Amino acid sequence: MNNLSVDHLTGIRDLTHEDIQLIFKMADSFKEVINRPIKKVPSLRDITIANLFFENSTRTRLSFELAEKRLSADIINFSASGSSVKKGETLIDTVNNILSMKVDMVVMRHPNPGAAQFLSQRISAKVINAGDGTHEHPTQALLDAYSIRESLGDVAGKKVVIVGDILHSRVALSNIYCLQKLGAEVMVCGPTTLIPKYIGDLGIRISHNLKEALNWCDVANMLRIQLERQEIKYFPSLREYSMLFGLNKQLLDSLDKRILIMHPGPINRGVEITSEVADSDQSIILNQVENGVAIRMAIIYLLASKIER
Amino acid sequence: MEKQVILNAQQIELTIKRLCHELIESHDDFSNSVIIGLQPRGIQVVARLKSELESILGHAIQCGNLDITFFRDDFRRTEKQRIPSVTNLDFSIENKKVVLVDDVLYTGRTIRAGLDALLTFGRPSKVELLVLIDRRFSRDLPIQADYYGKTVDTLKMERVSVDWKELEGIDQVLLYTKEGNE
Repeated sequence: MNNLSVDHLTGIRDLTHEDIQLIFKMADSFKEVINRPIKKVPSLRDITIANLFFENSTRTRLSFELAEKRLSADIINFSASGSSVKKGETLIDTVNNILSMKVDMVVMRHPNPGAAQFLSQRISAKVINAGDGTHEHPTQALLDAYSIRESLGDVAGKKVVIVGDILHSRVALSNIYCLQKLGAEVMVCGPTTLIPKYIGDLGIRISHNLKEALNWCDVANMLRIQLERQEIKYFPSLREYSMLFGLNKQLLDSLDKRILIMHPGPINRGVEITSEVADSDQSIILNQVENGVAIRMAIIYLLASKIER
Repeated sequence: MEKQVILNAQQIELTIKRLCHELIESHDDFSNSVIIGLQPRGIQVVARLKSELESILGHAIQCGNLDITFFRDDFRRTEKQRIPSVTNLDFSIENKKVVLVDDVLYTGRTIRAGLDALLTFGRPSKVELLVLIDRRFSRDLPIQADYYGKTVDTLKMERVSVDWKELEGIDQVLLYTKEGNE
């Protein structure tokens, strides 16, 4: 386990079990670094990273920016709103223009599935996928699995249920790949309209009953309903959704065991999860955010070590 | 490669004892001093110093480990991906006298990185360097030790390795020389 088997992080699907373990090991060290009085190491001081966000993001962008700064990289930020993308420039042209400014690594979020893969085959810089449409969001899956490992000791053998809008969720797909590679059992739970038809082919369980799913699992990852990606109505009302698939204190207390609650954010309080549950001691939502910086530092560091000069 | 023992177990024990007395000369009872070992091989030296010092002084002294991987100057310049070890400094170094410890001082680059890594934890009042073996005449940087166990003159192609009972099964310092390089 000398280095990652990949040159870009476009999806969890391309990673090996060893890659994930290496990222976790590095993240352990970076987590210690970001708790020092001076939370910065000089490793990447000769590396320039461009953060290209063609789609809105708060948490992921801040987390990547912070990770890059903690590694001493130089960074430039780009967001599609207020850029030449609106004037009709293509993705490759936009990126090539940015690369002529001598950028070594690109972190990209894009609304089109496969955008990161497409880019990685056409440019010389390293590419990290920060979410491509409804396809993958690898760094989120890695930080989720890392947070489970931190709280429960190991991911292997654990049962994880992903609840909610699986159809529009890149977090769900990356999480399924990642958890399976680490030896966890995965279940998805949600209304039939929001569960993709062939998702069972990935070797996961499917449930449409939240209580049954929660009783089965050790960890519940509650996803947000992505109304912005839904062109038609997939369920009658948010109120009905939250009655059937929302997690509240009463339901949590009625389970015969203590489970961990996760959420990739942003939370719609009162829809998929109530405030009481989100803020309870079973919730590791804020640990996920802290771990996100350490995981992203690890990935950036490992990919940067492959940059040739 | 021919190997030659330059310190055996008994000599190592004597050297550690002498270094401890030298440390006490300038650090008194260690009430304002801490010892920090550089990962991965400096921490074995610290373990020996700690147990000897504590038996002489009769009280516990503060020791820590410091990993320098992210402060190295050869990132992206070597093929090998270095896996970091644990950093364990559960005390403040602010205004403390720090003794940095490593097994072998060679080019001085590790110590340079160690100083940078150390300063991210605060501002010590003084930093000193203790090494078990000083490979003289092979420095890339202007760095010298304040305390050293043994000085050896070596060529670049030679290698010094410090073995410990806890890890390699025997306490010894070996010098590997290429046959007929004189």
